Amino acid sequence: MSDYQLDCQRLLCPLPVIRTQNKVKELAVGDTLCVVCTDPGTKNDIPAWARIHGHSLVSIEDKEDLIYIVVRVGA
Amino acid sequence: MTRQHKAIALISGGLDSMLAVRVIQEQGIEVEGINFFTGFCVEGHTHAIRNHHKDKEKRNNALWVAEQLGIKLHIVDVIEEYKDVLLNPKHGYGANMNPCLDCKIFMVGKAVEWVKSNHQDGFDFIITGEVIGQRPKSQLKRTMPIIARESGADDILLRPLCAKNLPETLPEREGWVDRAKLHDFHGRNRKPQIALARHYGLNDFATPAGGCCFLTDEKYSSKLVDLWQARHSRDYELDDIMLLKVGRHLRPAPHFKVIVARDAGESKFLEGYRKQYPSLYSTSHNGPMALIDGQLKHHDDVETAAAVVARFGQGRTAEQVEIELTLPDNGTQNLVVSPLASEAIPEEWYV
Repeated sequence: MSDYQLDCQRLLCPLPVIRTQNKVKELAVGDTLCVVCTDPGTKNDIPAWARIHGHSLVSIEDKEDLIYIVVRVGA
Repeated sequence: MTRQHKAIALISGGLDSMLAVRVIQEQGIEVEGINFFTGFCVEGHTHAIRNHHKDKEKRNNALWVAEQLGIKLHIVDVIEEYKDVLLNPKHGYGANMNPCLDCKIFMVGKAVEWVKSNHQDGFDFIITGEVIGQRPKSQLKRTMPIIARESGADDILLRPLCAKNLPETLPEREGWVDRAKLHDFHGRNRKPQIALARHYGLNDFATPAGGCCFLTDEKYSSKLVDLWQARHSRDYELDDIMLLKVGRHLRPAPHFKVIVARDAGESKFLEGYRKQYPSLYSTSHNGPMALIDGQLKHHDDVETAAAVVARFGQGRTAEQVEIELTLPDNGTQNLVVSPLASEAIPEEWYV
């Protein structure tokens, strides 16, 4: 169970990355954010964005046409 | 103690900005990247939507480049602000609806804002991968000073790949950067960049044909102009410009357009818009999802739209095809139509 959820359904990259980036700015270190996406590109892009900014990827799950990407906010 | 100077780099995801960063990193300068999303970026969208792009790796090249370079990348949504650049370009358009020079001025100007708000963290100057003569409108010797001046960057804008062909900038004068280690690339020849990439051990990089912006595309530009003409207004929302990237666009009458998916990927994408736009699809045969942009004012309009959609489905040779029309606020209607023959669709309907 994540601390926060962000709906990025129907958005194409890089918009889900931008929304994630902006949401994470509001969160505290250690918080988890679940980003709900439909663009398969997010499975590469959100983890790449997380890596270069020092956040960690908790999980990626495909379920019923939706992609759930969970990120833990780093320092 | 000497202050550590940092640079912000405009990252497109292509080779030139990648090399520009590497050249500056080689001089011990910390770099972060910035990338602007205008809504017209080619990056990944069509690969994400269309079936026949399934084999292409779905990655954002700007992010990928940042990761290869080991730098942070800030992606900035400039969709709203960019409207003024596209609708009122001071320096005009290129071959299509591409306001390349105004676009570059705008983006460097945004980077200037970023440097000002992050100056306390050591950011002092901006780098780009521009090369004199590389692009017909925005990367010419005479346009380089225009970009520096009109963006407000002036001498904090450094182009590491062609700096030796340009006047000294602040980072060079102050000795933060050694001008002798910068480059003098010019023209459309890519060999120097390829050689430099090899020197740095960079073997995988994006080489987008025709640039990274849909506005340089003739077909896309004509769809955008058609949209403005039909609405009697030179304006757009993000959904409008996203839909211009998808499907066949046919305009049987000035007041409505039919957007017909070309494959299952596009059908799925268009399905996401069914709560906003009237939609049609065949219930008797396999066929594409279609949306209506505009108004179906008369029953004839509905019949025409349905016959167009039937023409692009597997029932195209059938006597009759059943089509369901769904209106966002007004339920569904079932129609039975004869598919239009290919030759019955006038060429001028295709936008």
